[in-house]
Amino acid sequence: MTALAPTHDKASQAKLRHPAPETDGEAALVSARNVDVYYGDKQALIDISLDVPPNQVTSLIGPSGCGKTTFLRCLNRMNDLIDICRVEGDIHIAGQDIYAPSVDVVALRAQVGMVFQKPNPFPKSIFENVAYGPRIHGLNRSKDELQGIVENSLQRAGLWDEVSDRLNQPATGLSGGQQQRLCIARAIAVKPKIILMDEPCSALDPIATARIEELIDELRQNFTIIIVTHSMQQAARVSQQTAFFHMGVLVEHGATEQLFTTPHDERTESYITGRIG
Amino acid sequence: MTDHSQAMSALLKRRHASEARFQWGGRIAIFVALGFLALMMASIGVKSIGALTQTYVALNIDLRSTNIPKDKIASTRFDPIIKRALRATFPVVKKREEKRRLYGLVSSDASYELKRQLLADPGLLDGTAKIWFIASDDVDLYIKSGGIDAKWVGGKLTAGQIGWIKTLQDSGNIERRFNWQFFTSGDSREPELAGILSALVGSALSLAVCFVLSFPVGVLAAIYLEEFAPRNRWTAFLEVNINNLAAVPSIVFGLLGLAIFLNIFGLPRSSPLVGGMVLSLMTLPTIIIAARASLRAVPPSVREAALGIGASPIQATFHHVAPLALPGILTGSIIGMARALGDTAPLLMIGMVAFIVDVPSSILEPATALPVQIFLWADSPERAFLQKTSAAIMVLLFFLIIMNLAAIVLRKKFEQRF
Repeated sequence: MTALAPTHDKASQAKLRHPAPETDGEAALVSARNVDVYYGDKQALIDISLDVPPNQVTSLIGPSGCGKTTFLRCLNRMNDLIDICRVEGDIHIAGQDIYAPSVDVVALRAQVGMVFQKPNPFPKSIFENVAYGPRIHGLNRSKDELQGIVENSLQRAGLWDEVSDRLNQPATGLSGGQQQRLCIARAIAVKPKIILMDEPCSALDPIATARIEELIDELRQNFTIIIVTHSMQQAARVSQQTAFFHMGVLVEHGATEQLFTTPHDERTESYITGRIG
Repeated sequence: MTDHSQAMSALLKRRHASEARFQWGGRIAIFVALGFLALMMASIGVKSIGALTQTYVALNIDLRSTNIPKDKIASTRFDPIIKRALRATFPVVKKREEKRRLYGLVSSDASYELKRQLLADPGLLDGTAKIWFIASDDVDLYIKSGGIDAKWVGGKLTAGQIGWIKTLQDSGNIERRFNWQFFTSGDSREPELAGILSALVGSALSLAVCFVLSFPVGVLAAIYLEEFAPRNRWTAFLEVNINNLAAVPSIVFGLLGLAIFLNIFGLPRSSPLVGGMVLSLMTLPTIIIAARASLRAVPPSVREAALGIGASPIQATFHHVAPLALPGILTGSIIGMARALGDTAPLLMIGMVAFIVDVPSSILEPATALPVQIFLWADSPERAFLQKTSAAIMVLLFFLIIMNLAAIVLRKKFEQRF
C-alpha cells in the first residue's frame, strides 16, 4: 500500500499515529503554516502560522470574533461541515498534512478529539456516551474490554466516583459540569493524540470550572491539549503556551508566562490589561 | 416622575385589556371549532346507531314435509320453501300481488340462510323448525322508526305489509339484534346485507402498500436531502417541487396512477396494490417534509458530538440524529397515512370505485376502500343505505382516531430529551 492509496488505508492512519521525524524536523505535534480561512467572501483567518508542542496545554485567547474557534476547528476539520468555509495553507499533525486528499477525516477526528463549548452528551445512557467512540472505532475486542475502557475514561475524567452506580441512567440527567466531564471522558475514550477544547468552561459555574481545569492539567500527561478560552485567568492557570488572536491575525504566541508578563505586541498588552476586548 | 408613572399605568391598562381580548378571542375560536366538530360527530353518530342493529324475522318452517334428502341440501333451491312458510304464516293472503308483497318481508338472503343452517344441522329436516331470517330493509327501517304508520303507508310499505309486521311483532317473531353482518360481510345491492368488511380490508391492504412504499423512500429521501445533499440550486429546486407536490390535489395523482400504473405498467385495475401506489405518491411529499422538519429540529450539537469523536456522517446520522428525529418522522408519516386513509378521489380514478362483494385476500384482487364505500352508499337510492353510510363514516373516523392516537403514543414513547 502506498500513501496515495484510498482514504481508508492503514498507511495513512499509521502515519498519523507515528510522526514521520523527517518533516519539518521540529518537535511540534501540530504545525500550521500560512493558514487562511474564508467564510464565503469574508476572510476569518489571515496567514496563521503556529506550532503546538506535544503534551502541553496551548491556549488560544482573544476577543470575540477573532478567529480562535475557527482555527481550533480547522485542526479536526470540523469546518468541513460548513459549506461556505474554505481553508487554505498547510496544517500538519504528527507530520501528516491533514488537508491532503488522502486523509480520512473520520480517522483524523479519532486522533484529534473535541470538547465543545456547551456540554453535548448524547441523549443516551452515561455508559453509552463513553462506549460509543471505542465501539465505532473497534477499539475493544470484548464487552469486558469495553467496560474497562469506559471505566478508565471516566476515571481519568474524574467522573467515575460520581456516576459508577448509575452508568445506565441518561447522561442528560447530570449537572452541567458533570456533563462536560462526561464529554471529556467520551473524547479520551477514543485515545486521541490531541484534544481540542472550545471554551469548555464557559457554560459552567466556578466550582465546575475549577474541576475541569484540574482535569486539563492531569490530562496533559497523556494528551496534547489546545483550548480556546475567553478568560485570560484561565489561560494563565492551565496553559503552558498561549497564542493571542486579534481580528483574524495571530498577533503573538509563546510561553504563557512570557506572554502575560512581557508581551511583545502592543495589542497583546492592551488585551491582557483589559483595554481592548 | 408622577406624569411618567401615570402615563405608564394608563398604557399598562390598555396592554392588559388587549391581552384579555386576545385570550377571549382564542377561547371563542376553540369553542366554535369544538362545537362544529361535536355537531358533526353527533349527527353522524345518531344516524349510524340504526346500522348497529338488524331486524330479524322468525318463520316456522315445516321441513319434514319438504322431503329434501339430507345429502341433497347443497343442490336444493330453498326459495319456494321460504315462500311457502310465509304463506303458511299468513294463510289469508291469496292475491298474486299480495303474495309478492308478503315475500318482500324477508331478505333475499333468507333461502341461503336456510341452506346454511341445514348444512350445519341436517337434523332440522326431520321436523318443524323456527328459523330467524334477516328482514328486508323496508321492514328493518319500519321497526327502527318505532312503527310510525303514517310515514310508511303509501311509502314503500303498504298497509297490508304493516299489518303483517304487527302480527309478527305481536307473536314475538320479530327481533332486533346486534348487526354482526355489517362487520363481517362485503358490499351488497341489498342494504340489509351490505357490510363494511371488504372495504375495510381493501383500505388496510392499500395502506399497507402505501406505508411499505412511502415510509422508507420518504425517510431516506429526507435524510439524504437534509444531512448529505449539497445545498445548491438543484436541491433548492427539489425542495420547492416537493412542497408543490404536497399541495397537488389528490385526484391528479389518481389520473397519474391511471395513466402510468394501469395503462403503461398494466397493473391490475381496482387492486389495493395500485391504490397503495397512488396513495404513496400522495403521502411521499408529506413524509419527506415532516421528516426533514424533524431532522432539522435536531440540535447541531448532536451531529458535532458524534462527528467530533470520529463517527462517519452515516454513523452520526443513523446512530444519533435519526433516532432523535424519529418521533417527528413517525408522527408526520402517520398523519400522512391518515390522510391517505381518508382520500377518495385518487381511488376513483384507478377503478377502486367498483362494486366489490368479496373480501379481497391479496393486494392484486379487486377491492374498494372505506371512503369509496361511503361515497357509493351515499349515492345509493335505498333509504336504508343512509344508516349504512353514517355507520361507515363512524368506522372510518374510528380508524382515523386510532391512527392519530398511535401517532401521539409513538411520539411519547420515542421522545428523548436533549
